[in-house]
Amino acid sequence: MSQNKYWQSFGEVNDPENLKNLSQDEFQEELPFEGFDDKGLIDAKAPRRDFLKYLGFSTAAATLAASCKIPVKKAIPYANKPENLIPGEAKFYATTYVQDGDVVPVLAKVRDGRPIKIEGNVLANSTYANGGTSARTQASVLDLYDMYRAKFPLHKVKDKFEEVPTFEQFDKLVGDAMATAGGSTVLLTSTIVSPSTKEIIVKFPNLKHVQYDAVSYSGMLLANEASGFGKKIPSYKFDAAKVIVSLGADFLGTWLSPVEFAKGYAKGRKIDEKNPSMNKHYHFEGHLSMTGSNADERFTHRPSETGAVAVALLAELGGAVAPSIGDAKLAAGIKKVAADLKAHNGEALVVSGSNDKNVQIIVNAINSAIGAYGTTIDWSRPVNYRQGIDSEFAQLVSDMEAGSVGTLMIHGANPAYNFYDADKFKAAIKKVKLTVSFTEKMDETTELCEYIIPNHHYLESWGDAEPKAGIVSFQQPTIYPLFKTRPYQTSLLKWAGDTKDYETYFKEYWTGKLGGEDAFNTALQNGVVENAATGSAAYSGGATAAAEAAIAGYKKGTGTEVVLYEKVSIGTGAQAGNPWLQELPDPVTKATWDNYALISMAKAKELGIKLNTDYEYYPGKPVIKVKVGKVEKELPILVLPGMNADTIAIAVGYGRNEALGKTAAGVGVNAYPLASFNGTTVDNYVTGATTENLNKKHKIAQTQIHNSYEDREEVVRETTLATFKKHPNVIPEWRNHLKEAFYKNANNDFRQATLYPQHDQPGIKWGMSIDMNSCNGCNACVVACHAENNVPVVGKSEVLRYHDMHWLRIDRYFISDKENPDELKGVVFQPMMCQHCDNAPCENVCPVAATNHSAEGLNQMTYNRCIGTRYCANNCPFKVRRFNWADYTGADSFPDNQDQSIVGKLDDVIFQMNDDLTRMVLNPDVTVRSRGVIEKCSFCVQKLQAAKLGAKKENRILNDGDAKTACQTACPTDAIVFGNSHDKESAISKVRIENEQRGFYVLEQLHVLPNVTYLAKVRNTDEIIETEHHEEEEHKETEHKEGGAEHKVDSTLPSATKAEEAH
Amino acid sequence: MIPSLSLGKRLASLLFTFFVFSTINNVSAQDIAAGKALFMGKCASCHQVLKKGTGPALAGLEERHKWADHNELLAWINNPAAYMAKDPYTQGLKAEYGSMMTAFGDITLAQVGDIVAYINDAAVVKAPKEGPVGEGAPKTSSNAVIFGVISLILAIIALILMQVNSNLKKMSDDAEGISRPDPVPVYKNKVYIAMFALLCFAVAGYFFSKAAIGLGRQKDYEPVQPIYYSHKVHAGINQISCLYCHGNAWESKHAAIPSVNVCMNCHKAIGEYAKGPKLYDKEGKEIDGTAEIAKLYKYAGFDPNKPTEWDPSKAKPIEWIKIHNLPDHVYFNHSQHIRAGKVQCQSCHGEITAMDEVKQVADLSMGWCINCHRETKIDFNYSDSTGNKFYSIYERFHNDIKNHKMDSVTVKDIGGLECQKCHY
Repeated sequence: MSQNKYWQSFGEVNDPENLKNLSQDEFQEELPFEGFDDKGLIDAKAPRRDFLKYLGFSTAAATLAASCKIPVKKAIPYANKPENLIPGEAKFYATTYVQDGDVVPVLAKVRDGRPIKIEGNVLANSTYANGGTSARTQASVLDLYDMYRAKFPLHKVKDKFEEVPTFEQFDKLVGDAMATAGGSTVLLTSTIVSPSTKEIIVKFPNLKHVQYDAVSYSGMLLANEASGFGKKIPSYKFDAAKVIVSLGADFLGTWLSPVEFAKGYAKGRKIDEKNPSMNKHYHFEGHLSMTGSNADERFTHRPSETGAVAVALLAELGGAVAPSIGDAKLAAGIKKVAADLKAHNGEALVVSGSNDKNVQIIVNAINSAIGAYGTTIDWSRPVNYRQGIDSEFAQLVSDMEAGSVGTLMIHGANPAYNFYDADKFKAAIKKVKLTVSFTEKMDETTELCEYIIPNHHYLESWGDAEPKAGIVSFQQPTIYPLFKTRPYQTSLLKWAGDTKDYETYFKEYWTGKLGGEDAFNTALQNGVVENAATGSAAYSGGATAAAEAAIAGYKKGTGTEVVLYEKVSIGTGAQAGNPWLQELPDPVTKATWDNYALISMAKAKELGIKLNTDYEYYPGKPVIKVKVGKVEKELPILVLPGMNADTIAIAVGYGRNEALGKTAAGVGVNAYPLASFNGTTVDNYVTGATTENLNKKHKIAQTQIHNSYEDREEVVRETTLATFKKHPNVIPEWRNHLKEAFYKNANNDFRQATLYPQHDQPGIKWGMSIDMNSCNGCNACVVACHAENNVPVVGKSEVLRYHDMHWLRIDRYFISDKENPDELKGVVFQPMMCQHCDNAPCENVCPVAATNHSAEGLNQMTYNRCIGTRYCANNCPFKVRRFNWADYTGADSFPDNQDQSIVGKLDDVIFQMNDDLTRMVLNPDVTVRSRGVIEKCSFCVQKLQAAKLGAKKENRILNDGDAKTACQTACPTDAIVFGNSHDKESAISKVRIENEQRGFYVLEQLHVLPNVTYLAKVRNTDEIIETEHHEEEEHKETEHKEGGAEHKVDSTLPSATKAEEAH
Repeated sequence: MIPSLSLGKRLASLLFTFFVFSTINNVSAQDIAAGKALFMGKCASCHQVLKKGTGPALAGLEERHKWADHNELLAWINNPAAYMAKDPYTQGLKAEYGSMMTAFGDITLAQVGDIVAYINDAAVVKAPKEGPVGEGAPKTSSNAVIFGVISLILAIIALILMQVNSNLKKMSDDAEGISRPDPVPVYKNKVYIAMFALLCFAVAGYFFSKAAIGLGRQKDYEPVQPIYYSHKVHAGINQISCLYCHGNAWESKHAAIPSVNVCMNCHKAIGEYAKGPKLYDKEGKEIDGTAEIAKLYKYAGFDPNKPTEWDPSKAKPIEWIKIHNLPDHVYFNHSQHIRAGKVQCQSCHGEITAMDEVKQVADLSMGWCINCHRETKIDFNYSDSTGNKFYSIYERFHNDIKNHKMDSVTVKDIGGLECQKCHY
């Protein structure tokens, strides 16, 4: 259809033939056959007799393992059943995910007293609780059952931690120590969003409170103060913006409140076909971020140039003197963006991810110039997500060094790991007399403390969060505390001489504020209370000139620059011990279990790294040394197109030590030391780095090329808004060409064209639609799928062997000209799962009928029937079936199946996931699969069954929206619509009818009739993609109805169609 | 080869006999199933098949009074008071049992037939297997033994005759002076050895596959429970509704065993077992019901002498032995069956009201599940308010019923045999 090339790996662009040949090998590495030495099978070291011996033994062992003896099972009822609890039925409790400053209102699904799944809280008439979640929110339930959590209070005696048996003893120990510590008392925390906790802190006598954020936003806080708003951050209304300009802010992935922003942003990306329009997203950045991947137009620059770009933009808008921008493309881009911003005064928004106060002041000036204040930026509800001021923390470290701090209490902050000068902090903390850590897990800072009193996990806690002024989201316990832990607020209350615990305090605080117990209970039930917005602030541009001058005085960046970024999975590293997150592929690089240096194609050339098939196909990636001042880091590289040539990007949150648990230990390299302090704030980039190719390799477990479509490109569709307006039927036309190819191949007779039976669907037919224009690749759905369906974690060594088990993956395609892969036009994210084909190629190759079709259109997988031939996986054109190569779940009858030399040693994380504690997170309604069976997306059949049963019990028809899949509810952008496509009033039917011009099925020429519709991505650019079919448009417009066998067969069929491969 | 042929014939006849016997009881299985449902729903609260309850045992009722005529029976069931006015036999029943039969005005003649079919079936075939009351060996198994013994004797006779035959042949050959090699003895005869081996293989294969299929199944499992809890006393004699204790079954996938506080709702007042029939355990030892209630008190932390001092929060749960176990890869939902499907508890759990300690009656195999899904009709007629409105989306089936293309819709028709109805 288009001249653009969609590609997933450099091998496809540079060396397609070779890559294709390699992809056809089942095993990427040499297979470890012992003693073959190129001799025949007979002469091998393991001859026929041995084989028979093994056969005999394994048969006997299997018989024994199946065991004729049935164990006696007990059924132990409650002694006193709680009244509102029904064993076997899930209940949902409104609570709030709070991780440092991140806040997401959620519902915890509690089954038989155990939270097992997190859903977004959807509250009618709420501006805040709108149901979206992030990958980290979804994964947080697994942190509750982390076997490496701190389990009881500890006291360090002679460099060794000893358990303190009771809280009373602990209180006494700390109380005595505090009395004699002298000096000042300081509470060091990450950003605190809880109003009741803040009150407790304020009431604590002579307590100094310092907030410290791992990734700081103090540049923004200070800039807003300078612009007359106070030390605050406003609410951003992405839904009100028609033009969005981001100067390196990853607002869909990790910046401030991505769930909320993604929701607003996606509203502007939904296309009404009758009157197509959408918001326009310009992105300026050094590396390729997830948000940048979603941009309509993207411009790259050195990280140190951010200030210059901001000033240049302001200059174009008439507010400053234009600095010189060397790069012509960038300069043109700034002009274009400025023109667009001017044209959309009052409907535009500029955000910046910079932590430089001066840059943020310029951004404020731009926003003032384009009329963003009051329209797209809302100062009536300032947000509380980040409150740390870098200089305050720097002052604290100096005080500690000077020995003036007597008592240091720490909650949520981990500067020994994530401060740019961690060694300085580590030395300083030794000079503090009394150190106490309120922590959930042993981490780098907690290890250095004298007293440790573990905190509850948020799912065990009472609490509150005020993410925005006037909006409060409540926490309530969903499970009795698993370990001997205590809320840190209770400790603060006790040590301040208050006898109340936090639960009582919290309840009194809110019954007082809300006016009574009933109101309090309602608030807990709803989860969120919204009061009227009262804030107001006016912009003052007084600081702009000084900021402009300061930026003009910045040194020009030379050499290579390193920029630090957060991944959507690991973020700042607070949840790095979470196996689901570690195994989550990064949206852009598709890499799991590692961080790495992202480099440009130019940089690769400079380092002598060839982007050939070897680079792309084998997991071993060249390791380079990045040197900045005294800091040296050795990292593997990944090359991305569309990177600034002189920029290296490294994700933070990796390189943890053993204390945090075996999952995170030894994964990646800690990049925080590469940050630098500019005197006011910590910069997330550094200039003047040198690089060196060490000529060694490190394996990175990427998932992207695991699933080859065998050159079938018709899986992904996108176009530009201009093309879409000019040729609205560009996609239906393309579909018809594919279909025609199929019909022609089948002598134009539908019945002859297929060997599949006509499936009878008398009642429901489930269908799904995925809007690729809304999907931004955030991966929340992937983790939700893990949690809902007990999808196993396999560990890095197994991902390296293509054994990853994700039922749902998000494929990433780069769009570029065929000749110039580095000129990135855009990136498409395509969630790919079982398409539940009506003509499913997997079904008719199964020798044991373990996969077959249901009367509701589901392609069913029956694990207990599967014998593991993997024929189905091989015959699946979408490669969505997953095989349990090893016993990842411990569900096998053989106890030793997880540790055998034949399959290779399994990673520690698998054993962590099989720990009895961790297994509490398993969904009891879904079978835990054992080794040797295929599994795949089931459309969350357990939820569909439950929804139908609910309707039957209530003697009513199934309402639209009763049945929702886990990926659908997790999605912050409502990209996924699911329901009964036989119901003409259902959302899924409507989406399909209303989006006929964008809807398509993947690989339509195969005629597998999927039940998942995709809506093509539309980039908002002026590029017009002409194809050879447009001239036929007029006379074909009447023939676009689906499924008819009466299609006229066109003589000029596209040569790329491969319908014959279906047969 | 003559001997093998005759043996083959015999085996064939034996198989045929087995076949006949195994199918003979499946006649009118549907009527029996329907009758069972009715019996459990309407009759079981007073009547049992084999034993007297509140009312007489119903086994063999067609031989009594005029009940062979189902119209008479229907008249009696529909309106006992009117029927009794002119019938001395039923008057006698009232005198004997102390209360009059409850009227069931909605029972139809066909239903009476179904109930009687079930009673006859339960009285003759199943009861001896299930209850301790069964007198004498069940007919089918005794027949099998007889036929087995006969075939064995015949086989031995055949072998002897063949041996005799070969000896005679040898003698006659000797007499005629024909020299033949010595006959091969039986144990060295390759034909016999081959036959024997094949037979062993077949028999071993049969038992092996049967045992393999039965792995993990535990039909008739009746473990000794920590408290001798008699369902017969509670649900049978005292007619406590199943859902009073297992109310969870109405809401959830688990039927759930009641917590101690549910037991104590009644047993705070009922401290001794005096009025009911004597209770026996499996070995026939008499059980002291009062002592069993005392065990409950121990779990509950309840002192019958100081009832006001009882603190329910100190109760300890009772560790019952789980009887009905499904494999982990099976999803079974009680509320689906009893609430949406309106299936009686007894359909799967057997005549629980007649059991003291519960035992597993069904083998809970997949074939057993599937069979019920094939046969069970669903509440399809949403229009006349008896059916479930959920099924209104199945337009085609409704049209087919209207046009008399189909007369009822079974679970199977709406996908009840599909894998992912139970395995996911």
